[in-house]
Amino acid sequence: MALFNLKKGTTMTEAPTAVEVNCETGEVTTRPLTAEEIAANEAAAAQTAANRAAAEAEAAAVAAAKESAQAKLAALGLSADEIAALSK
Amino acid sequence: MANTYTLISSQTLASTAASVTFSTIPSTYTDLCLKASIRTNDASTSSYFRMTINGDSGTNYGNRRLTGTGSAASSGNNSGQVWINAVYVASNGDTANTFGSTEIYIPSYNSTASKPMNIFTTEENNATASNIQLQAGLYIGTSAITSTTLLNVGSTLFLAGSSFYLYGIKNS
Repeated sequence: MALFNLKKGTTMTEAPTAVEVNCETGEVTTRPLTAEEIAANEAAAAQTAANRAAAEAEAAAVAAAKESAQAKLAALGLSADEIAALSK
Repeated sequence: MANTYTLISSQTLASTAASVTFSTIPSTYTDLCLKASIRTNDASTSSYFRMTINGDSGTNYGNRRLTGTGSAASSGNNSGQVWINAVYVASNGDTANTFGSTEIYIPSYNSTASKPMNIFTTEENNATASNIQLQAGLYIGTSAITSTTLLNVGSTLFLAGSSFYLYGIKNS
């Protein structure tokens, strides 16, 4: 696969590219993604979406539990300041 | 405690890219530290990138994470992953012309043991919700780290102006 040297100002393609920096030589090369890499990116998108949904669900569950606990404490007669003090 | 930081290499993108790799990393340091300022073309607020080590695409990565949104905090974990999921950088849905800050610290990268790492990522958004995340990442591999790649997900790309700096640290 052809490699292009950014330092020489080679025109970039519109296709997604991979940039590689060789730490030994300082050479920077860029190339179009392979079909395999594009497929991996798509798989990653699905996985990260799932991870994000899980994280958001975790946060929502914590917030719901907190709200429920605060309501129960209020029902027991605690003031808003007293309830807030419990979490400090 | 590390007392020297030496810039091994850096790259500021002149145009969009799907991934950035630092290859042929010298073995002459004790630790590695990758600092990056990243914005992606994702239209939503915040987006993700991921990281692989030595081109390894096996199920050798895991993490424990703490996330703050500005109004709520959460934690979670992943194991048996095929990459380090280093989430939350700025994207086109965030405040214009802002880039999310990232730092990844990898101690003992020449070790034959598994490689733990600290990952700190921020979204950077002038709004009520803006994500920040701290991860304890782990790469289960016995070879010294000689390359690392930061990759986007899906069709998202790192925008021009995103910058990446790899430092080597010696403890003496």
